[in-house]
Amino acid sequence: MLELKKICKYYNPGTINEMCLFDQFDLKVEQGEFVSVVGSNGSGKTSMLNIICGSIPLESGQVLMQGRDITRKKEYQRNAKIGRVYQNPAMGTCPSMTILENLSLADNKGKRFGLGRGSNKARVEAYREELRKLNLGLEDKLEVKVGALSGGQRQGLALLMAVMTPIDFLILDEHTAALDPKTADRIMELTSEVVKEKNLTTIMVTHNLRYAVEYGNRLLMMHQGRVILDKKGQEKEKTSVEEILGLFNEISIECGN
Amino acid sequence: MNFMVTIIEQGLIYGILALGVYITYKVLDFPDLTVDGSFPLGAAVTAALITRGMNPYLTLLVSFASGALAGICTGLIHVKGKVRDLLSGIIMMTALWSVNLYIAGTSNVPLFSQKTIFKNKLMDGMVPKSLRPYSTLILILVLVMICKVLLDLYLKTKSGYLLRAVGDNEALVTALAKDQGNVKILGLSLANGLVAMAGSIFAQEERVFEISMGTGAIVIGLASVIIGTSLFRKMTVFKATTAVLIGSIIYKACVAIALKNFEPNAMKLITAVLFLIILIFSMERKGGAKKHA
Repeated sequence: MLELKKICKYYNPGTINEMCLFDQFDLKVEQGEFVSVVGSNGSGKTSMLNIICGSIPLESGQVLMQGRDITRKKEYQRNAKIGRVYQNPAMGTCPSMTILENLSLADNKGKRFGLGRGSNKARVEAYREELRKLNLGLEDKLEVKVGALSGGQRQGLALLMAVMTPIDFLILDEHTAALDPKTADRIMELTSEVVKEKNLTTIMVTHNLRYAVEYGNRLLMMHQGRVILDKKGQEKEKTSVEEILGLFNEISIECGN
Repeated sequence: MNFMVTIIEQGLIYGILALGVYITYKVLDFPDLTVDGSFPLGAAVTAALITRGMNPYLTLLVSFASGALAGICTGLIHVKGKVRDLLSGIIMMTALWSVNLYIAGTSNVPLFSQKTIFKNKLMDGMVPKSLRPYSTLILILVLVMICKVLLDLYLKTKSGYLLRAVGDNEALVTALAKDQGNVKILGLSLANGLVAMAGSIFAQEERVFEISMGTGAIVIGLASVIIGTSLFRKMTVFKATTAVLIGSIIYKACVAIALKNFEPNAMKLITAVLFLIILIFSMERKGGAKKHA
């Protein structure tokens, strides 16, 4: 379970450009929920993810994970139980290292990075099997440097790496936004499969309303640092893209866009 | 012939320095100017210890440790003090000048009458008479190979993977639940350890410690790394570390040949021009300007 309590977040505090994004923001995500988050630019979607992961500081408020207060924990400490996939496929992989080396790194998450052999030969078959599931033609390219792969292939690999070791939460930050429509669909399907298979609690920020409606069991719409729509379970299943789009237009007109 | 031997000897000694610079510049993507201070640091430590009668082979390890310590300081300044990478190195480089003077006692310590790794009873006993003229070269070659092989092996360990990852993509290291700052500090300490050891070997080969011997060390290191990695970029048979060592010898040869035709006062000018030419050429090979290079 993940809880944000009374979060206050200002940008440029103490200057004339001070901007309050979150004022007493609350959010509770239950175990096993797959939350899709939509909203206009600047609505605080990515900031929310950054607050959960500890990538940006907070003015006040609490972040609770499985009931434990992690507000003071550093980003890398929180990441022990969080997997994150970014919008930019380059963020989740090391370009100058091979696929095998990247997977080996991900496989060792949570363990000591000592002087043992970097890649475990015995795991190669398992890696290949995982890569085959991606269906991106990576299974025969274990020795290829990741920098030579396409964006879609890299994102598939990044997703695989993020969920390689047991984690409690999966954070997806517009992870299909930089991909072509076909690859985006493939990555989205894969994500859904992985989340179901590992029963991961997931928060997915997306600009693709169809994905938001089709996938996941809870839908949030954010606007100016507030949640303006929150649908769960059956209510969520009945929601259509048109309905979300309608609401989207309303808030956009409100803002004068 | 003698000219060639000297070039290879010096090229290889600076090769160890270049291996250190390879770690910071290529692996960590950290322009580390500490090198200008840690190279003479190794020499100063060696001079101080040898004149007090320490086993010269042990001084290699001690100087490695001293350099590693300097690297850790640079890392702490950068990571904990949040000072920019370039400035962290400059601060340490500046501070080390005085530290080196304190350690060595004076700005110039001759080691002519002292036992060194190259001149002692053990070496005299082990090397057959016919190979005597090359004993220095052979020992340097052995030391360089040890450093190179150990570094190659290290870069294939889990810890080594993490080091390569931090230069490539800091966010990934954080995602692996590791503090990327600590990984950087580790890399800087390893790199400067190697550099200081190169300083120790250099002082023992030249049989003198000189406070200004580190001036321009970073240029030599960078030039070697850039020559090596851009010349052998297309040849996968050579490991990057091998390429760096060859780069170092090539660079030394270029400087030596240039010096034969110009007066000593022009040395730094030649070095600078040579470095510039290398940079321009290596950029051409990359098909455009890459960051840093």
